[in-house]
Amino acid sequence: MSTVLTQSINLLAAILLMLAFAMLSQRRVLSLIHLFTLQGATLALSTAIVGVATHQPHLYFSAALTLLLKVILIPLLLHRVIDRLNVRWDVETLINIPTTLLAGIVLVIFSFYLAQPIAQMSLTITRGTLGIALASVLLSFMMMITRSKAVPQVIGFLAMENGLFFAATAATYGMPMVVELGIALDVLVGILILGVFLFHIREQFDSMDIRHLEKLKED
Amino acid sequence: MNTGLLSQLLEVLLALWLAPLLTGWVNQWRAWLQNKSAPSLLQPYRKLHKLFHKEPVLAEHASPFYRMAPYLVFGAMALACAIIPSLSTDLPLSPAADAIALVGLFALARVFLSLAAMDVGTAFGTLGARRDMLIGFLAEPALLMVLFCASLLSQSTSLTTIVDQFAHRQFAIHPSLALAGVAFILVSLAENARIPVDNPATHLELTMVHEALLLEYSGRHLALLEWAASLKLFAYACAGLALFFPWGVADARSPEVLLLALPVLMGKLAVSGALLALLESVSAKMRIFRVPEFLASAFLLAVMGMLINILLGA
Repeated sequence: MSTVLTQSINLLAAILLMLAFAMLSQRRVLSLIHLFTLQGATLALSTAIVGVATHQPHLYFSAALTLLLKVILIPLLLHRVIDRLNVRWDVETLINIPTTLLAGIVLVIFSFYLAQPIAQMSLTITRGTLGIALASVLLSFMMMITRSKAVPQVIGFLAMENGLFFAATAATYGMPMVVELGIALDVLVGILILGVFLFHIREQFDSMDIRHLEKLKED
Repeated sequence: MNTGLLSQLLEVLLALWLAPLLTGWVNQWRAWLQNKSAPSLLQPYRKLHKLFHKEPVLAEHASPFYRMAPYLVFGAMALACAIIPSLSTDLPLSPAADAIALVGLFALARVFLSLAAMDVGTAFGTLGARRDMLIGFLAEPALLMVLFCASLLSQSTSLTTIVDQFAHRQFAIHPSLALAGVAFILVSLAENARIPVDNPATHLELTMVHEALLLEYSGRHLALLEWAASLKLFAYACAGLALFFPWGVADARSPEVLLLALPVLMGKLAVSGALLALLESVSAKMRIFRVPEFLASAFLLAVMGMLINILLGA
């Protein structure tokens, strides 16, 4: 029984990594939000399975919190934002996706190499997935770097938080409840503030391209 | 030994006879899913029959190489079908070629077909050959990585050993195989000229790839090439089923399972054919310049499968 549970945690971790790569190569804003929702659902499921496998009931709460926040509430907010900004069908011109993906492989190798000695010191059943969690954090980070529009950057930020949450579950079976609640609220407040910010960017520059922010003076 | 010979013979004959049926089945499902009245299941056989009875017309400048290519391509595909353990892992031919040589066989067929298409000197042939080589050189490493994923798990590059081990081990979820499976689907869509990459149903000049290669062929040469294309699809389907759903494949210890293996294989092929038609119906054809992206993601998935295999040790 527990081997099947461990294997399914590993499978879900692999799916998380796959979704991180899918986000990296996705051009459409709407598909990005769908991928983010899927990532949240995978995260909630894997947290619940870790809870079952290790008999840690507090992980059920964090799984439920993840489900509520990252599968229902934040995607709903994001949908509303892109509706109001009228960027629902926005397509970003990304240059050279194959190169980005190959750079992503290098990041994955780096993080696997980095996580190997840490994982050996850990005694949790999820220790192998630490490298995957680190890789998803770095991949989301890279997604934020390669994007020039504001909404995909926000999604990259949220995906990075997903990776960190997964890392916490993998390394130590989750954080204390207070910390977890605090982070959840932070993310929620963060997305609200970023939402307001997005409207201001559009009002100021008539576009969602954040490269406009790099200019300090009016010309 | 005798049962080995028997299963080998049965497998080759089955591949030769069932391959057009699989093509017909996929076409039928595609027509149904697109609300069209479907052609008969036996339509590919009728087409082959018709073409074999027609006189081949050769271009004036065609070299002997051009006439040789269909036989070479057909032979390579038939050999590929022979070494893939679809019915039984007890195959006397299997030591002749392992997983890497299988990729080489597909490459050999592609090179000959492309050279033949360029041989007569029409613009379309050259265009198709270039596009086919573009797709091929990106798909091959991805396919190799998928096979290496399976090889890492079973510590062997021999296809029969891999399938033998997969079929008889205890049930376990392998994340690396899941990633490799997705990569394999992407590669086989590209290699078999299926919809996101190429449309097998049109002769539209600007988008065709595989059809452009066959444009100058006629008569029995065309029949052989069409049959080879069916065999390739059959080989890919069998390889995928053997690697990722290996249950029901017979082996040397229990040759009597061979009786059961045939209906199981037919069932699996029927399901995968219908799924292929569904996949083709829901996706749109992409621009040729998007194909490198498509195949880069296949390569990436397969490499990630290998990395995860090393990381998780499973």
